[in-house]
Amino acid sequence: MSRNYVNNRERDFEMDDDGGASPGGGRGPGGGRNANGRRMRRRKVCRFCLDKVDIIDFKDVKLLQNYIPERGKVLPRRISGSCASHQRMLAEAIKRARNIALLPYAAD
Amino acid sequence: MAEQRVYEVVFIVDPNATDDEVTRLSENLQQTIADQGGKVTKAESMGRRQLAYRIGRQTEGTFMLFEVEGSGREIAELERRMRVSDQVLRYLTVRVDEDRRRAEKFQDRRARKASKRPLTATTNTGNRGAGAQMNAPGRDSDS
Repeated sequence: MSRNYVNNRERDFEMDDDGGASPGGGRGPGGGRNANGRRMRRRKVCRFCLDKVDIIDFKDVKLLQNYIPERGKVLPRRISGSCASHQRMLAEAIKRARNIALLPYAAD
Repeated sequence: MAEQRVYEVVFIVDPNATDDEVTRLSENLQQTIADQGGKVTKAESMGRRQLAYRIGRQTEGTFMLFEVEGSGREIAELERRMRVSDQVLRYLTVRVDEDRRRAEKFQDRRARKASKRPLTATTNTGNRGAGAQMNAPGRDSDS
């Protein structure tokens, strides 16, 4: 997960980069801006909705692995862009997978 | 109650057990389900794989998957047996019939929408919004 996106507009003038620790999409600094000077962010779309997934299987480790970063936590919605209902299913599936040792509770 | 429920049971067998022992255990458990009036619709091995964390002293295990149809009473007995057995490191039972029914409903809805769309797709998007509204009453009657 790259965390190199410079957050606020005020930062534009001072060029010292103290490595903004703000989470967010992996965009480089000075990414696209529109006329208002606002950051343009591509709207994220729920991947499960696109694929028309109705059931997220807890045995599908390959799929679930995409949604747990190194620490083994559940990837937040604001990063993955999943919709609420699919995020819920996903979280449930990850918890089940953890229970039977398909996924770690905590990884280091 | 004649309601049939469907469960998925995943359990981890001790990796030190031989193939023979695993099949014997599996057959025993299936017999327990049958005795309680349940039906095993699927019994398969997911193979030997690494555990994500240690259970007891084991770092790997043989994963087995059952799909059971029944009232729920046989699950209680099955779980009791698995708790007692030293060879079963861990088990997880998930009721799946409700989720599957829900998924089916979504699929139906999509199929119905897809069959309707070609009629409205010839005109512009304003018309499609109207089509979506026309769908709404049908959706209500579903639930």
